[in-house]
Amino acid sequence: MILNREITRRKFIRTAVAGGGGMLLGFYLPVAQAVTGSADQQGLIAGNPWTPPTDGAGAEVNAWLLIAPDDTVTIRVAQSEMGEGVFTSMPMIVAEELQCDWSKVKAEYASANRSLQQDGVYKRMATNGSGAVRLSRAYLQQAGASARERLIQAAANEWNVSASTCTAKGSVVTHAASGRTLGYGELATAAADIQLTEEPAIKKPDQFTLMGKPLARLDTPLKVNGSAIFGADVRLPDMLFATSRTSPIVGARVKSYDFDAIRHRPGVHSVVEFQGNDSGIGLRSGVAVVADTWWRAKTALELLPIEWDYGPNTHINSKDVAAKDIEVLNQKTGAVVVDEGAALDIMNDATQVVEAVYTAPHQAHATMEPLGCTAQVRDNQVDIWMGTQGPEGALQEAARQAGVAPENVNVHNCFLGGGFGGRGARSEVAQAVEIAKSLGGRPVNLLWTREEDMNNDYYNPNPMAKFQAALGPGGMPVAWFNRVTSDSIFYWLRPGMTGNGIDRIAVGGLADMPYQIPNKRLEFIMRNKHVPVFFWRAPGVNHNIFMLESFMDEVALANEADPIEFRRALLSDSPQLLNVLNKVVEKADWGKSLQEGTAQGFALSDSFGTIVAEIAQVSVSKRGEVTVEKIDCALDCGNTVNPLIIEHQVESNIAFALSAALYGEITLKEGRVEQSNFDNYPLLGMAEMPEVKTHFALSGGSKWGGIGEAALPTCAPAVANAIFRATGKRIRSIPFKHYDLSWS
Amino acid sequence: MAFKLNINGQSHSVDIEPETPLLWVLRDTVGLTGTKYACGIAECGACTVQVNGQAVRSCVTPASSVIGKEITTIEGLSEDSSHPVQVAWMEADVPQCGYCQSGQIMAAAAFLDRNPNPSDADIDREMTNLCRCGTYVRIRQAIHRATEISVAGSPQASGGEDVA
Repeated sequence: MILNREITRRKFIRTAVAGGGGMLLGFYLPVAQAVTGSADQQGLIAGNPWTPPTDGAGAEVNAWLLIAPDDTVTIRVAQSEMGEGVFTSMPMIVAEELQCDWSKVKAEYASANRSLQQDGVYKRMATNGSGAVRLSRAYLQQAGASARERLIQAAANEWNVSASTCTAKGSVVTHAASGRTLGYGELATAAADIQLTEEPAIKKPDQFTLMGKPLARLDTPLKVNGSAIFGADVRLPDMLFATSRTSPIVGARVKSYDFDAIRHRPGVHSVVEFQGNDSGIGLRSGVAVVADTWWRAKTALELLPIEWDYGPNTHINSKDVAAKDIEVLNQKTGAVVVDEGAALDIMNDATQVVEAVYTAPHQAHATMEPLGCTAQVRDNQVDIWMGTQGPEGALQEAARQAGVAPENVNVHNCFLGGGFGGRGARSEVAQAVEIAKSLGGRPVNLLWTREEDMNNDYYNPNPMAKFQAALGPGGMPVAWFNRVTSDSIFYWLRPGMTGNGIDRIAVGGLADMPYQIPNKRLEFIMRNKHVPVFFWRAPGVNHNIFMLESFMDEVALANEADPIEFRRALLSDSPQLLNVLNKVVEKADWGKSLQEGTAQGFALSDSFGTIVAEIAQVSVSKRGEVTVEKIDCALDCGNTVNPLIIEHQVESNIAFALSAALYGEITLKEGRVEQSNFDNYPLLGMAEMPEVKTHFALSGGSKWGGIGEAALPTCAPAVANAIFRATGKRIRSIPFKHYDLSWS
Repeated sequence: MAFKLNINGQSHSVDIEPETPLLWVLRDTVGLTGTKYACGIAECGACTVQVNGQAVRSCVTPASSVIGKEITTIEGLSEDSSHPVQVAWMEADVPQCGYCQSGQIMAAAAFLDRNPNPSDADIDREMTNLCRCGTYVRIRQAIHRATEISVAGSPQASGGEDVA
């Protein structure tokens, strides 16, 4: 069924250039292999075994960059492009120091296999924790600076002059005294062999000429004409398609299935059963149908009779879990996370105590591209093509599942159709490799249905928390008590990190809350269910800041204090937070006159190294219909690589947060996830998207905060606080759709 | 069943069950992967293509129902990304992950053909495609910008004031 592909690499690049205002982006298409022969010959696909560049291809000055004779610089990106802009921001960091011609910069994925074989040369390859800039900027700057100095030294050697008399700019080294110049392409081979006596220092922000500019994203041209290749789009010669159904309840197992019932359907190739395990994480029991098109595989799978042993978890219901959560919060003492002063004693003696219980449900990642993986297993060699946030983890998983040495696995990373923490650590790699093992060397493109993606997710945790504040003179809190119960991400991911009963992510934003209260106690009670939980955009803080910042408003309003003034009084030793708070208060004109039913709400957070303050303007109709009109977001990430991408991310965080806050919930009934698709797990649409204004309140210095998640946690509480001020109704659980917000 | 489909101005012979959704004929049979699968139930619009100029969700459109009609996919919207909607999308730097954007662009192009100068309320009502990255703010900007580009580029506007 594979017909001629029309997009050759040459056409692809030309199109990208024509559409991109001169921006050249070499995202190397897996499809090029099908069209033009082996990837090794072309050196096109990131993840192939590294080989020295062939004559004419250029020279690697270091592992991060390849310079071609025509001065084109190919910069290796070790982070995954899932919309957060790393295919632009990471090259900008290297190019800043390299002082090359930005219009001749290409980006390609770094090789996980090479990093494995060369002692972790690409350092951090997992994309998570809003860490791309925050955690790799310094060494990317160093890679660019070190390459630049070698190029300068190579030119100085050629001219027999001192390197200090030469300068580099726009991919050219110049010896001003003699007027001689050499291009980077001419110098690269010699530069690669130069040993510097001392590596150069990297630039300070006030020396930047490229970083800090709102440059257009390099991948945009590929994403407006259909040529960006996502994992689902990989096409290889002789490839088969597959889709799978795993146990409808974690812990359920396939008892039997009847392949004969579908064997003769058009295009059907085979059925593969996954033995799986009962734990919910890793490969689950299930089956996949393999066919010559995905649709034929999917329709055959729907007709495949499968008998299930539903296993031990059919009694689990979300409403029972919630009832037990309340019981636990009221009766049990948790592991002590914070204990400062005498919080419990003061609470007992206090004359005014504000108390509330908050909760948030599980959420699905619901990336627009369902999960999938293309795998090919040949002799002792495994190749996988997918968009993954964790290429090194995917490599190890493929090796384990295929029983080959990790050195024999290539991960061909692709564009990711959304990530948000959900792409790369689930069972799609193991499934695809397991199927490919049965296909005698033929590649197979496994793609989950939306329903399978939602059923087989690792969800955002489902916490419940009790808050108590004892108020002293002037209504200010003198003691604080907080007891949280939740599933634990680390219980599933790294059980060794929860030995003391505490999951640091589950108490994130609460354990380190910025408000100065002299007596504080925080306890945590871990309660895991059968469904696995995992990182979901802004893990921990995505619900904890909703709970904390909503409750802060409750405490402020208990004595009719202005929520902003109340917080200012508790932040007097946090000038950076106050700076961001003040910025949004000014920009959103806090306290401005609004018509009845419309109000502003505020929330503050400090996560992933970035301080965020948001003010939501929300109107609620008398019938209770909520319209989030506008979000003003002030932030301090210290310095910026690309402020345009930061604005994108603020908008993205707000849309993501609102989907969850207004509508999102994954619930369990008789052990099963009740939601299956966008009809019952709705996402925010155009009509509900508020106006968003991003206001930079940058403190500069050595601060480099993350941005992929930092603007998310404050959105839900800012909206909930606005709804309260508009209607007098306090929201203490997500999603808000369950509340009757009508007023008169 | 063998039949012919007119896709992006070219006739393609396909031999597939006639009830197969157009989406999968495009992706797996013809090899045009720019049109995406995301929900399969016409909820999200990632699979949007144009049939006789109308936006259609191809994941629920049987291939047999579009025989003899003009099917346009993102690959065929223009030769060189020069359609005003594509140009506007680049100017506004709309895409993030990009997975839904083929469908967004095809929906917007069909919408602007019907309503060349839409209000924000029109956009809210007509642009129902979902985007998990939340690019809606920039999609709105780009649709307004595409209107300007179309006016500036149309014969009627030549010699007139430069709208851009």
